[in-house]
Amino acid sequence: MPRQFTLPDLGEGLTEAEIVAVLVREGDVIREDAPLLEVETDKAQVEIPSPIGGRVEKIHVTPGQTVKVGAVLVTFSDNGAPVPAGAPARPSASTPRPQPTPATPNAPAAPPPARETVPTGGPVAATPATRRLARELGVELRAVRGSGPGGRVLDADVRAAAGARPQAAPTGAHPPPAAPAVRDAAPTGPARPLAAIGLEPPPLPRFEQWGPVERAPLSHLRRTIAERMTLSATLIPHVTHFDRADITDLDAIITRNLEPARARGVTLTLTAFLLKAAALALRAHPQFNASLDPAAGELILKRYYHLGVAVATSRGLIVPVLRDLDSKPVLEIGRELGALAQRVRDGKATLEDLRGGTFTITNIGALGGTAAIPIINYPEVAILGVARARQEAMVRQGQIVPRLMLPITLTFDHRVADGADGARFATEIVSRLEAPERLIGDLG
Amino acid sequence: MVMGDMVDEVDVAVVGGGPGGYSAAFRCAELGLETVVIDADRRLGGACLFEGCIPSKALLHVAAVVSEAERAKEWGVDFGEPRISLDPLRKWKQERVVGKLARGLAGVAKAKGVTVIGGRAIFEDSSTLRVEGDTLQKVRFKHAVVATGSEPSPISGAALRNNRVMDSTAALELPDIPERLLVIGGGYIGLELGTVYATLGSRVTLVEMTEGLLPGVDRDLVQPLQRRIEKLFAAVHLRTKVTGLRETGDRIETTLEGQDPQTFDRVLVAVGRRARSGGLGLEATRVRLTDRGAFVQIDDRCRTDDPHVYAVGDVTGEPMLAHRAMRQGKVAAEALAGQPAAFDNVAIPAVVFTDPEIAWCGLSEAQAKSQGMETKVSKFQWAASGRAATIGRADGLTKLVADAASGRVVGVGIVGPGAGELIAEATLAVETAALVEDVAATIHAHPTLSETLMEAAENLLG
Repeated sequence: MPRQFTLPDLGEGLTEAEIVAVLVREGDVIREDAPLLEVETDKAQVEIPSPIGGRVEKIHVTPGQTVKVGAVLVTFSDNGAPVPAGAPARPSASTPRPQPTPATPNAPAAPPPARETVPTGGPVAATPATRRLARELGVELRAVRGSGPGGRVLDADVRAAAGARPQAAPTGAHPPPAAPAVRDAAPTGPARPLAAIGLEPPPLPRFEQWGPVERAPLSHLRRTIAERMTLSATLIPHVTHFDRADITDLDAIITRNLEPARARGVTLTLTAFLLKAAALALRAHPQFNASLDPAAGELILKRYYHLGVAVATSRGLIVPVLRDLDSKPVLEIGRELGALAQRVRDGKATLEDLRGGTFTITNIGALGGTAAIPIINYPEVAILGVARARQEAMVRQGQIVPRLMLPITLTFDHRVADGADGARFATEIVSRLEAPERLIGDLG
Repeated sequence: MVMGDMVDEVDVAVVGGGPGGYSAAFRCAELGLETVVIDADRRLGGACLFEGCIPSKALLHVAAVVSEAERAKEWGVDFGEPRISLDPLRKWKQERVVGKLARGLAGVAKAKGVTVIGGRAIFEDSSTLRVEGDTLQKVRFKHAVVATGSEPSPISGAALRNNRVMDSTAALELPDIPERLLVIGGGYIGLELGTVYATLGSRVTLVEMTEGLLPGVDRDLVQPLQRRIEKLFAAVHLRTKVTGLRETGDRIETTLEGQDPQTFDRVLVAVGRRARSGGLGLEATRVRLTDRGAFVQIDDRCRTDDPHVYAVGDVTGEPMLAHRAMRQGKVAAEALAGQPAAFDNVAIPAVVFTDPEIAWCGLSEAQAKSQGMETKVSKFQWAASGRAATIGRADGLTKLVADAASGRVVGVGIVGPGAGELIAEATLAVETAALVEDVAATIHAHPTLSETLMEAAENLLG
């Protein structure tokens, strides 16, 4: 009886994944735990091992396809004896991938090695020099359509693929608003890649020599967060600018509008206003709504304003994204934010919910603290950290008055912007929060 | 120098001085990394130079000269019976061939600033090697490259401590020319060395467990060789197991499955090679070995599961070929230096240096079919080649496998004299994804055997 293998629950509230590679072919006899597929979720690229041994009868998916949890991926036939488990499942991060090379004839007289599986389609038709170029430019050769004879991938195809990638079309339906030019954007010559850095953690000492230790494997999500944070903290020189916004008036507006908003099905929160203020400020400071392309030596300015909001869930940190916030009224933002946060907490967020952010806000106010310096959500340029608002004694027109002060930190990539730029951007966010009528006015 | 307390700090420590090891070391040095090679025999060249490719090819060249002289009788040239003096022959192989190449490699190492340390290297952790040699010393490294290679596999039950039972290493020493030699194993090692001894005068009997010589190789290519081997050797037993080996005086009594016992003066065991991954202290690192074969597991950049340790060559698995190891060595060096190198080669040529030679690269017809590829196959018989006629060898064949959909050359197999040289063009074609039409439209010198590849391509264009 054929057995079907479906996309397992990936955890982390993810409900779908993109197939990156199929590591077996129809007809292959594979053992339990052999790598079957590579899938990418918004959190990580993972290798899915085969839960059983046997012959692959049919593969139902192709690379590039997005599939939901529960979708049938592979059908195994029961013909032939089940293949016992061989090597134990290996951690995905360090698993050597099967080479895209077909099994070449083995040296004669050697015992036949275990049959190797190759990705569907065999090697990509390209010369070794072109393949190296693809690695240099970070282009997945298999995804490039070859324009050469017999479908050979040429250097030009690889360069075109590398150039096209960052310039994803804006998803917003509205025309991109005219944004002011970046101040320091005057090019001084052709774009050149930035020098690479090579860092590897040094080996750990053998702690056993000082006392008993225990080793606990990292959860999938923990590993992903560790990898992403290391990447960001290692690659990006972080700078943090501190400020405080007087949100006494904004707080009053929120309190006043809580009930009317609830009547329209919206829970009005400070975060909705923060998102709106940040989106408008980003439009005036485009270098903070960008990504640095060190390989090309270029800054990729995004003409869309999709903001991520850090949401703590029982499974861990997840950052869903709200789209085109510069053109949406606060009430609408509040409505979308409520629905999105609910989907995330229910574990029903889709890949689309988690992708495409240009800037992130993390509000730890509910948990207290006076300030926090978050790590930038790579490959974005900046992140806004918000702590708990407090009543403070402020001096206004010579009088000491109680005001509700919101501590914010703007952490940004010093490769892209300087301290003065950060200060101007943070000031703009603060002044927009301090003039809430204008934010509301944007309701239109 | 304080004995026993020496610690070298280097960028890269290469363990093993064979083709994979020295290729990695030379490339590391070129990239500005301080590099040492730790080799048990304190020399560069490894099994390839000292007990494999090179000495066997020297002896096979001698065998080819002897058999050409024999064939010349048909053309009216008689050199008389060959008289073989083993001492000068061994000396030529050892000093003029192996010795000269070894001195050459030592010179390159010196010129590139690569130090060779003698001794057994054992990993203490992911950044330290203990070297047990003339002096005890430690090498601390940022990256290590494991290139310890392989060694001949023994056969179970043949645990004779008798030097009349030889492995390939011993056979290449050419201790004598035994009157009767039994070769166990019909793979390339058994066939190459069997050819040497048969040509030098031994009566060679070959046994192979499977149903054909060179298991796994395209039968179209093996057939012409098998016909010649059956003439050259006294006997070839396929589908046959050796069930007993026994010392009787200075001979070896052998029982082949289903046959009466026979005695041989020497026995050559050539049943394959196994990875040398034990005794290296790899368990002190995060390196993982495969369950089957105990090969070091690597990815396409020659990285092991330990970020500080790379591995190349035979110790990483099949195909165990020096040229694969050399390419891997360069990839490992560039990868650990942070360059975007990868071992993504499509075609690894393989050559059996018998007479006739067999060589192939890329996919065989059967492999292409098993991948579900719709193929076009062309076989060009050398009987139609002018050059083959002039050397009196019409028994060759050039076979080309193409992907029907794209017209690309995906594999080539050649049998015939010089196949090992001819395969180079085919390898370039497969590696660069050339079309059948590209090969057919390239001018090939006339009259040469290389034309056979062009002819095979033309046949497919129709």
